Amino acid sequence: MAERKYEYGFTTDVHTDIIDKGLNEDIVRLISARKEEPEWLLEFRLKAFRYWLTLEMPKWPHLEIPEIDYQAISYYADPTAKKKDGPKEIDPELMKTFDKLGIPLEERLALSGTAVDAVMDSVSVKTTFKENLKEKGIIFCSISEAVREHPDLVKQYLGSVVPYRDNYFAALNSAVFSDGSFVYIPKGVRCPMELSTYFRINAANTGQFERTLIVADDEAYVSYLEGCTAPMRDENQLHAAIVEIVVNEKAEVKYSTVQNWYPGDAEGKGGVYNFVTKRGHLRGADSKLSWTQVETGSAITWKYPSCVLSGDNSQAEFYSVAVTNNFQQADTGTKMIHIGKNTKSTIISKGISAGKSQNSYRGLVKVDARADGARNYSSCDSLLLSSTCGAHTFPYIDVKNDTAIVEHEATTSKISEEQLFYCNQRGIPSEEAVGLIVNGYAKDVLNKLPMEFAVEAQKLLSVSLEGSVG
Amino acid sequence: MGSEQQYIELFQQCRQMLAKGSCAILDALRDEAFAEFQQLGFPERKSERYKYTDVQKAFEPDYGLNLNRLDIPVNPYDVFKCDVPNMSTLLYFIVNDAFHTKDLPKILPGDGVIITSLKEAAQTYPELVGKYYGQAVKQAETPVGEQQEGQVIDGEFVPMHKNNEPDAITALNTMLVQDGLFVYIPKDVTLDKTVQVINILTSKVDLMVNRRVLIVLGEGAKAKLLFCDHAMDDVDFLTTQVVEVFAEKGSSLELYELEETHMKNKRFSNLYVQQDAESEVSLNSLTLHNGFTRNMTYVNLAGQKAVANLYGGVIADKTQHVDNHTLVDHRVPECVSNELYKYVLDEEAVGAFAGRILVRKDAQKTESQETNANLCATKTAHMYTQPMLEIYADDVKCNHGATVGQLNEQALFYMRQRGISLEEAKLLLKFAFVGEVIDKVDLEPLRDRLHYLVEKRFRGELNKCVGCKLCK
Repeated sequence: MAERKYEYGFTTDVHTDIIDKGLNEDIVRLISARKEEPEWLLEFRLKAFRYWLTLEMPKWPHLEIPEIDYQAISYYADPTAKKKDGPKEIDPELMKTFDKLGIPLEERLALSGTAVDAVMDSVSVKTTFKENLKEKGIIFCSISEAVREHPDLVKQYLGSVVPYRDNYFAALNSAVFSDGSFVYIPKGVRCPMELSTYFRINAANTGQFERTLIVADDEAYVSYLEGCTAPMRDENQLHAAIVEIVVNEKAEVKYSTVQNWYPGDAEGKGGVYNFVTKRGHLRGADSKLSWTQVETGSAITWKYPSCVLSGDNSQAEFYSVAVTNNFQQADTGTKMIHIGKNTKSTIISKGISAGKSQNSYRGLVKVDARADGARNYSSCDSLLLSSTCGAHTFPYIDVKNDTAIVEHEATTSKISEEQLFYCNQRGIPSEEAVGLIVNGYAKDVLNKLPMEFAVEAQKLLSVSLEGSVG
Repeated sequence: MGSEQQYIELFQQCRQMLAKGSCAILDALRDEAFAEFQQLGFPERKSERYKYTDVQKAFEPDYGLNLNRLDIPVNPYDVFKCDVPNMSTLLYFIVNDAFHTKDLPKILPGDGVIITSLKEAAQTYPELVGKYYGQAVKQAETPVGEQQEGQVIDGEFVPMHKNNEPDAITALNTMLVQDGLFVYIPKDVTLDKTVQVINILTSKVDLMVNRRVLIVLGEGAKAKLLFCDHAMDDVDFLTTQVVEVFAEKGSSLELYELEETHMKNKRFSNLYVQQDAESEVSLNSLTLHNGFTRNMTYVNLAGQKAVANLYGGVIADKTQHVDNHTLVDHRVPECVSNELYKYVLDEEAVGAFAGRILVRKDAQKTESQETNANLCATKTAHMYTQPMLEIYADDVKCNHGATVGQLNEQALFYMRQRGISLEEAKLLLKFAFVGEVIDKVDLEPLRDRLHYLVEKRFRGELNKCVGCKLCK
């Protein structure tokens, strides 16, 4: 059976302004200068860069990561840069690209009520529905714009959830981050539409270092979506992002990702390294945060979207489907850190491994001595579709409170022969049957996704697994 | 860093003395182990394997060692009255690391069964001991296959089994060990009586003890062993113990370990089990009273249809520390492993459990189950748990579960409604909680005894073993 190709693997031929390869203080200064940043942000970057120099890449994950040459990457690529005598509008090629990806940047074309911030390489191309949102006091723009227009807000929250000292890639990102989205939902406002950021890597030999910051003030609500794709290239590309979410009193944030970076070809060549730090801080009482992720892409995925539950009675959820095929590797999961009283967290993780891939769940549930009445339920299931892949579970549970209840369960098994037989018997070919069974298996998570995303995710699941049966 | 230096110096200075108090077979691995230890050093807490146990600190103080093999006069019956009623056992004593020859059982087992000092055995049966000594450790530390692990070779990813890293404590034990116990059950022999071995720690000064145990079961042999750990004197003890178990085809072993020492005792026990086809090994460890305990269990399922059962119960309070680290290595198809560990932590006790189930690529039709349940009774008690599955085969059934919680309020309410005091109701529930592990014990008299001991422990009556000098 012929494998269906990675649909988004095309490249866009657009004039892109790429700075020289390499990483040093001058590059950091150059990025900051290009973005016309204030002094404090440059200081922040330099501090992070100097700290990064003292670190070594951690070796504990269950991943085989080839040596990354940080000097061979270009840290800034701007596809919107104008040729000197060029037109002033957005390059139509760019518009076409996003159209092709199913992300229309013209507001009249957008069917669903979703506002989009489209980021290609290091620069935000366009943010739609900005004006409509502004009426409600909602700020939705690229982070570079936010630095210019709302410096106080950015200064207050940037690095407050993921400090630059957090880890190796957080330090790197803090030094060289380019674009990403900034969302601020004021007190008591319910965001009327879904906000979404679409990340696209286009230029070769570049890394994408996006930075997203979401702040939901008291009693605010927002649902945020993130999508990503990259062209098919033989060399690996690095994507090291930071997502910070601040949730204040009684606010609620839903963060959904469908991650579809180029996973490399069937021989394991090429693909994106997705090393991301995502964390939400539930600062206020009765706040809520939920992460939903569908991971089908990336050659190597290494991320743990986490929640720090500081506010009393706060609730956090993590739903994840991670699919690995061919030579993909994933070490992903979550961290739930209970600090406030009566905090609750739920973890549902479904791993699916096929081909020669390695898929690991790694999660931490930590209950602080102050977190009276904390409650956690985790369930991690793994499904094995071939005899050459691996599925691993590494849960860490640290409990320092006698009133906490923490439960963890995990199962690993292959697809049931009986279910397959049942489908076959009714005339459903094996390939399709596996798709059905896998979708059923992942349903707990897919159901948590917003409508449009759920449809896309379902399609993705079956595409990712194509050719892996037999 | 730094704690290892004194052991390196000790070894260099006392190399001759170590050999003198030992024998050729034990001596043969010493230098290699020393080189390994020098290279490894003590693990730091950054190491995943020793995340919850500070080895550096435990080995930091200066302990005495009885390298000259001075005879310590002791009447074990004086200090130990912990026999199991209604069960006649073959009773042996090990004083620190020396096999106690003065009080052997009246009737020794026949049929070629050997139960004696490891040093003696190595001299009397050099071929037998030489064949097995150090081999289970070697198996555990040798990566499977000749390929370079952690690389893509011929288009196939060779997983990194960080599990096969050599262990510094085992290396330290191998380089310093002088004696211990040897148990050999020949082919097709069934030992009716349970072998009970009492490890007694006794010394006037702070003492480090390095003990080695080698247990070999020939094809189809069956045996039951019960180890009890006791500390007699009120000084600091540090024990390293390496136990190697070989269960050959179709053999069956039940191994019970009961620790009832005191707060000043530090125990590092590494148990290596090597299982051939169709063998069944049940390990049951119960930590009733201790100071600082680290038990590492490595089970190598190297023959098809082998069954391994690992059970453990821990009751800890004050500032006691218990860390159980297990690794079940499914190397071949159709093996079964079960794990059940339960902890009850009170006051400022720290409990840790890391259970790793490794199913290698060829180990199809593996069945594995792992459960870890824990009760934290106070805010200051800490529990760390890490039940891990690492699976490279597809036709497997594996699951694991872990919980940390407290006593069921409804059950407490139910009992109180019926006139049972809160105190008593809590005891009953804790008792039932640990009871699940004890019920796995096959020997009825021992099971009853353990139930009794656990109950006493919860009532606070049993801080140390009944009859120990210290309790009087």
